[in-house]
Amino acid sequence: MAARIHGGAGAGAATALSTFNPKKLVAPPSRTNLPARNSKRYIVSAAAGSDGSKKSLLRVRHSQKLIANAAVATKAEESSAPTGTGHELLLFEALQEGLEEEMDRDPHVCVMGEDVGHYGGSYKVTKGLADKFGDLRVLDTPICENAFTGMGIGAAMTGLRPVIEGMNMGFLLLAFNQISNNCGMLHYTSGGQFTIPVVIRGPGGVGRQLGAEHSQRLESYFQSIPGIQMVACSTPYNAKGLMKAAIRSENPVILFEHVLLYNLKEKIPDEEYICNLEEAEMVRPGEHITILTYSRMRYHVMQAAKTLVNKGYDPEVIDIRSLKPFDLHTIGNSVKKTHRVLIVEECMRTGGIGASLTAAINENFHDYLDAPVMCLSSQDVPTPYAGTLEEWTVVQPAQIVTAVEQLCQ
Amino acid sequence: MAQHLKSSSSRSTLLNVLRHNLGLGSPSHASRHLRHNLPHNPPSTRVSPNPLTRLCNTMVDTLSSTSSHEDANSQVMDFPGGKVAFTPEIHFISESNEQRVPCYRVLDDNGQQLTDSRFVPVSEEVAVKMYSDMVTLQMMDNIFYEAQRQGRLSFYATAFGEEAINIASAAALSPQDVIFPQYREPGVLLWRGFTLQEFANQCFGNKSDYGKGRQMPVHYGSNKLNYFTVSATIATQLPNAVGAAYSLKMDGKEACAVTFFGDGGSSEGDFHAALNFAAVMEAPVLFICRNNGWAISTPTSDQFRSDGVVVKGRAYGIRSIRVDGNDALAMYSAVHEGREMAIREHRPILIEALTYRVGHHSTSDDSTRYRSADEIEWWNKARNPLSRFRTWVESNGWWSDEAESDLRSRIKKEMLEAIRVAEKTEKPNLNHMFSDVYDVPPLNLREQELLVRKCVKSHPQDYPSDVPL
Repeated sequence: MAARIHGGAGAGAATALSTFNPKKLVAPPSRTNLPARNSKRYIVSAAAGSDGSKKSLLRVRHSQKLIANAAVATKAEESSAPTGTGHELLLFEALQEGLEEEMDRDPHVCVMGEDVGHYGGSYKVTKGLADKFGDLRVLDTPICENAFTGMGIGAAMTGLRPVIEGMNMGFLLLAFNQISNNCGMLHYTSGGQFTIPVVIRGPGGVGRQLGAEHSQRLESYFQSIPGIQMVACSTPYNAKGLMKAAIRSENPVILFEHVLLYNLKEKIPDEEYICNLEEAEMVRPGEHITILTYSRMRYHVMQAAKTLVNKGYDPEVIDIRSLKPFDLHTIGNSVKKTHRVLIVEECMRTGGIGASLTAAINENFHDYLDAPVMCLSSQDVPTPYAGTLEEWTVVQPAQIVTAVEQLCQ
Repeated sequence: MAQHLKSSSSRSTLLNVLRHNLGLGSPSHASRHLRHNLPHNPPSTRVSPNPLTRLCNTMVDTLSSTSSHEDANSQVMDFPGGKVAFTPEIHFISESNEQRVPCYRVLDDNGQQLTDSRFVPVSEEVAVKMYSDMVTLQMMDNIFYEAQRQGRLSFYATAFGEEAINIASAAALSPQDVIFPQYREPGVLLWRGFTLQEFANQCFGNKSDYGKGRQMPVHYGSNKLNYFTVSATIATQLPNAVGAAYSLKMDGKEACAVTFFGDGGSSEGDFHAALNFAAVMEAPVLFICRNNGWAISTPTSDQFRSDGVVVKGRAYGIRSIRVDGNDALAMYSAVHEGREMAIREHRPILIEALTYRVGHHSTSDDSTRYRSADEIEWWNKARNPLSRFRTWVESNGWWSDEAESDLRSRIKKEMLEAIRVAEKTEKPNLNHMFSDVYDVPPLNLREQELLVRKCVKSHPQDYPSDVPL
């Protein structure tokens, strides 16, 4: 079977995609997970059926472009099936498009952060917005993360929908107090009287020699905070969809972007669409092993998948996307099918997303596992500046291949 | 040229330093620099055409003269941020003014109106409501405090001594102004119509509490009265207030954000950041500092070394005032005027209200361990905000002993009834432990609730009887 890479949805898919139909405007995600469950059931029944039925599912699913390179500025190869309408853009442009559309749609949406105004943001996600919406809706703030995060929370409690940008996720450590004590808690402690529909976003993860302080993986630190949701985008398609969904959500959402993924190019639909915040993305269905990953590591995994397929393995790759809460439904169905799990993440070994995911899988799907859950993470060291050393703190495709081979023995 | 400078060695040293700093080595070098650094005013006619002599002459002028205005104007440097005059004097700005910032007050210690006092007049209706609410606040605090001592409440924090700040500031605001309290401002809620029963419900954490029993007592919140739920963390509400003000400004509303904090809160990073932000954003916020002398056991002398909090406003470009916090009329006027400025001119205002924390920090504190009982007694009796204001209200013929005793007996009855009812009312249902964490409970929380219920079922004797399942 040819290795076709399937994303969550492609551009202009005319087929009956269960998860997303770009042709139809997807309603704002209702917070219960149940509506999304219908789509998941489709996949489940297909998987549970015969091989034939699954193959038809694969044919029916629109193929995603193969992302060849794990790193930046890739040019996506065209898939074999001709795509319909749609437009190509880079990931940061997709984020900007999503943000702009939401700002057009709802006058309460505003942006605040350092250099987001006329400078357009340090990664150009807010480029052009200040010119279009004015200085007040796209607000340049002085340097104090705790203060502008606090400001965003106060504005949200009085009716606005701020999108707070941390210039680098690591700087949001300074905003931890506001995020944990106020953002996460005030809806609860006020007895539901005040909602805090903020989006906190920014680039994080290990870049190219940015140094230890600028290579933080904040998702590990924030994952315990009750009351917040966390999502990580990885493609232009899900970046735009998650941005829009996050803005529309009544809960505070932290959207993790990755410094090295901003220049990924993809064709996305012209029609409006949003992605479900609590849903994982099936990147490549398979039979032998479930590989769970998110953000940049998705590309390392897909690179390893190429090698693995050549060696005769059939990995199922899932981009978990929703870091809090985990989409245990999708993950569980996959585990029940393959019985082997490999988690590939960029967080540190101790206390990272992988650690929590390992625990969740062990607790919930222990009976379905034929092998212990393996988790590949970065070491518990600050990220070194030296490029060669930095590369060795991040999980590489070769390690992923070795791990799969080990697990599938 | 340089000859006449040799007469003063210190002057020539200084000139050499200046010359060096301006990068003047040779005359030709000097002239290049002069074209950039000197102001564009035409040089005065007595100055020689030679660039270096021109510079030296003008420098000598500033050294010798007590800077005539024309010459001082010509000594200006252009830096990012604007022009600054420069000075050859090495002068450090003193760490404090010679005089402390004076404190605005209208009534003297005995409640007599000061003859030359200026204040915003209050009508009889407003004055009587202000005084009644101050009495109500004091009585409410008394009775709740006692209830805690008797074990009927788990915790309480009083606002004794700060009744004027609480009520007078609330009276000067409009109902649309959004309040971001610290935790010693229940009087603002009281003024706006929060009933004694509602206060009691929150303190007892029963099912009528708007906070659904999730927070400790005195952490009130009411979205319909525009009073932001109290968050125990110090000063985190200050940036929140700036954000709310930004939101009000965006919507073009005729309202401002108002936030309260103590002398201790002014040490937090959030205070400095919020003031700075508010000034830069030109946000309509009132920052009201209740400088009551104590942050639990830390006196203000251990909290900061500045002249209180009012002087910090200028550091951030914020208009500030110091006011007698125990003078209800002064508080009213200051907040009234501050609010006008904030809304009309889109600017933040800092109000430092000097007062004294008569009560303990909370029921977990015994302040006699770190301050003298005499000190507390003096502030409680001699400088009591209630008695001062009462004198003034009575002098206008708007109050009497009879009214006082009527009010007090009515409040006492109401309070005791409120407590009785609140104590008897059911606690919130167990599902409220899990609701409102998100807008809709996600799967993991639903699972966790089931686990708790299972546990309760198997150990019913360990589960509190007054929390319905």
